This record gives sequence, structure tokens and C-alpha cells, in this order.
Amino acid sequence: MTIAMDEILQTIRMVQMENLDIRTVTMGISLRDCADSHFDKMQQNVFHKITTLAKDLTKVAEETEKEFGVPIINKRISITPIAEILGSATVEQTVELAKTLDLAAKQLGVDFIGGFSALVHKGFSKGDETLLKALPEALSVTERVCSSVSVATTRTGINMDAVRQLGYVIKEAAERTKDQNGIACAKLVVFCNPVEDNPFMAGAFHGAGEGEAVINVGVSGPGVVLNALKKHPQADLGEVSDIIKKTAFKITRAGELIGRVVAKRLDIPFGIMDLSLAPTNAINDSVAEILEEIGLERVGTHGTIAALALMNDAVKKGGAMASSYVGGLSGAFIPVSEDNGMIRGIIDGALSLSKLEAMTCVCSVGLDMIAITGDVTPATLSAMIADEAAIGMINKKTTAVRVIPVPGKQEGEMVEFGGLLGRAPVMGVNPFSSQNMINRGGRIPAPLQALIN
Amino acid sequence: MERRRAVVSVIGKDKVGIISKVTTILAENNMNILDISQTILQDFFTMMMIIDVTGNENLSKLRDQLDLVGQEMDLKINIQLEEIFQAMHRI
Repeated sequence: MTIAMDEILQTIRMVQMENLDIRTVTMGISLRDCADSHFDKMQQNVFHKITTLAKDLTKVAEETEKEFGVPIINKRISITPIAEILGSATVEQTVELAKTLDLAAKQLGVDFIGGFSALVHKGFSKGDETLLKALPEALSVTERVCSSVSVATTRTGINMDAVRQLGYVIKEAAERTKDQNGIACAKLVVFCNPVEDNPFMAGAFHGAGEGEAVINVGVSGPGVVLNALKKHPQADLGEVSDIIKKTAFKITRAGELIGRVVAKRLDIPFGIMDLSLAPTNAINDSVAEILEEIGLERVGTHGTIAALALMNDAVKKGGAMASSYVGGLSGAFIPVSEDNGMIRGIIDGALSLSKLEAMTCVCSVGLDMIAITGDVTPATLSAMIADEAAIGMINKKTTAVRVIPVPGKQEGEMVEFGGLLGRAPVMGVNPFSSQNMINRGGRIPAPLQALIN
Repeated sequence: MERRRAVVSVIGKDKVGIISKVTTILAENNMNILDISQTILQDFFTMMMIIDVTGNENLSKLRDQLDLVGQEMDLKINIQLEEIFQAMHRI
């Protein structure tokens, strides 16, 4: 037998007891050839192209998961940032287009469609302006459409006019879905340095450098890493890094195999593997618990950043050795509502908003799925975005903000979002105003780090 | 034709007739067993079989039959293509 029995058992245990899964198979689809000066025609083109290219996505993914015995949790689609093909469409038409995308997703049985997006890190085109105006309504009348807006990059600096506007967009989106705790905001990410091939939501879009269609795969498995570490309570931190690396390697190899099989069967090129430790509310499927296993009484206490940096780096190293095409965000996500350990950290008073912000300096993304008080001002939201964008810009990494100002809720209350989105304790924000800074508008210049040519 | 192999794993409480039931189903589906190993750990029966599934593109019928036996005998039976183990444990 070429494969030893204990190796077979290890794989089975990872899947059945430790929540190893392929989090998503995401098909990227270019919509650039769908543009048309007549809106109705463009809308038809978009619907037709998506439902044709992805017609077998769900079926093939389900077949593959059965054959290999590794679950594929989500099937998703990412598209060309929709602002790029809007042309002279009106705000109302843009909302219609969002509904069309939602319909396409439902018809195909895919969980999310990402790319109702705009890249405005240096300025607004006409389509970008229309999209931003349409966003609050579009997100509140659709279920599966996800949006992202790029407001900053290391090479361009931060577009503070966009940052200011997004404060209002987030507020209004929350208000429009106040019956569901502001859930529209869970489908909107504000980015600095976004990546073009990210398979994870809500931030997935099919970037300008991508081809006609591509299959990107996102693999997760905090539970597997946690269980591997539990076997070595006395290991020093070098060994801890090694254990995480080896585990990440195995997870990535499984993901790449399945991604390539799906891509081959759909006859679409394989793009990248994104190994991101993305928690869920399942027992032991928590990134925070890995940090606690490394030796913290509660996530958020002193030492959290060091433990997270070690983990994020080890995950990347294991992934990089396992696949030649590692891309996306690859690292660790720290969403609050989707991670039981993070929730407990906040409830116990160990984890604060400031600490979460600091953690985003060393993890793969940013402030993610954090519920904040409903009375937060648009300017404060904008200022939070500006801080995150500055961290990303200076450190040449992706950062993001996905916060939900929950209408009518105060600090300390608990809100339920349901499904994969989980639940979150409402956090308070700094009571002092940032209004005057946000009012200034303009563009924060690109840092010295950008001048590398 | 490219040779395809799958791993059938059976895990559960030991009782009479496990191997017989599982191998009967494989024989009925005309699948050759290439290797078989079993062990009993603290009353838990664990069996692994490598089977030849060349030419059997659709494993879902076999999976359903094995599921049925699994339910009958209170066992966990999995069938997975061998490549997943190769990918994870071999460079």
C-alpha cells in the first residue's frame, strides 16, 4: 500500500472532525465584452454570459466533492468590477443590474456573486459615481450580490473623497436593512490594495489583469491547525511555526488538487489557490482559539499580535511550498462574528476595537464583520476606513473594512446575522469626532514606498 | 486507459460480517480489491481497502450502496479517490 493507514486516517479525521473544507470554488468571469450603449442589451449580455459559463459550476463542484470526500462549502462567481461596464447607465438601472446578478446567482445555485464593485483609489469615473450612489439600495434589495470598493493603494495613496462618501454609503445600507440588523453592510468591503484573484467574499472581483474566465479556490481549516497544535503543548515557537506550516501544506495540496480537477472538468483555466484560515462558528473552527492555543489566556491580550504574525507567516510559507500558484489573500482572516473565540474575547473584555485594528497590521486582511453601535456617524466610519487604508498603504498589504453599524443597537448588545455570517457583540467607537479631517477631502498622497521604479 | 484507484475506509464498532458485507458489494460492482488492511483499536474496527475503479466514472451508485450498509451496521464508510491522499501526504 503506497499510502499508510495512519495517513488515510489523518485525512479522514481532518475532514470529519476538524472541519477541513474547500471553503469556495470561485469562477471568475470577465464581463468586459458585455458592455453596450443600450442598458437592456448590456443587462441581457451579462445575464447570458454568466449563466452560460457557470451553468455546470455547481454540478461539477458537487460531483468532485463526493469523489474526493472533501466538502466544497460554497460555489461562487466573481465578475469584472461592474462600474467598468456601466457606461452611462442611471442609478435605477444599476440597481436593476444588481437584481439581475442576484437572479443569475439563484438560478445557478451559487452562494454569492462578487464584483458589484468600483476601483476608485485615485478618482471616480462616471460609472464609479453611479455605482456608489446605487450601492445602498442595491445591497438591500439583493441577497447574494457582494460589493467591494477600492479606495486606496500603495501606488496611488488614499482617495479621501471616496472614503468620505463610503461613510454615508455604509450608514444608509445599514438603515435600509435595519430589520435584519443592517445585514447589507456584511456584503460590502472597503479595500486598500485589493487583489484581483481573491476567491473569498465579500471582496471577490475579477480583476483587469485576468482572462475570460478562471477557477480560483479558497481553502480553509483553522480546526485542523488547532488540533495539530493541541498535540504539542510544550513545543517552542519555532516548532509551533513548523507545525502550522506542515498542516498548511497538506491543506493547500488538497485544495489545489480539487481546484484543478474542477477547472479541468469545466474546461476553464485554473487560477490560484488561496489558503486562508477563515473561521466559522462551528466548534473548534476558530482562528482566535489557535492564538489561545499558542499560549494566550484570551485573544486580545498582550502577545496577540506576535502570535498572529507567527501564524499568518507560517500559513503563507506552508501554502507557498505546496502550490506554485498561491494567490488571493492567503493568510488568516479575523472576522469577529464568524469566530466564537473572537466573540468570547470581546465579551470577556480582552479584545478591543483598537487591538483588532492593530491585528490587521499582521494578518491577511482587516477589520472584518464587526458590529458597531448604530449611532456612529458617517464621519467616524470614514475615519475608521482611512486608518485601515493607511495601514495597508504604508505596509504594502491588503487591508479592508467590513463593519456593520447596527441600527438601534448599543455597545454590549448581541446581534445575530445568521448562517455563515454568525453573531457579534456590538462594539463602541471612540466618542471624539473626526469630522473636520474627513470634511477636508482630497487625496492623501502615495507614500515614499510607492516610488520604487 | 488511465488507472484510477480509490480508498474505501470503514470505521466503527467491531462486529461479525463487516468485511463480508463490504466486499460483497465491491464484487457485485465488479471492482477489484488491490490491497486491504485492518486493525482494531480499543474495540474500534478500522479497515482500509484500495480498490481499482478504472472505467467506473460514476462512483455514486457504489457510494449509495456502501452508505446503506453503513447505516445497517452502524459504521462510517467512505470512498474517496486515492489522489487526495497522494496530494496530501506525498510530494
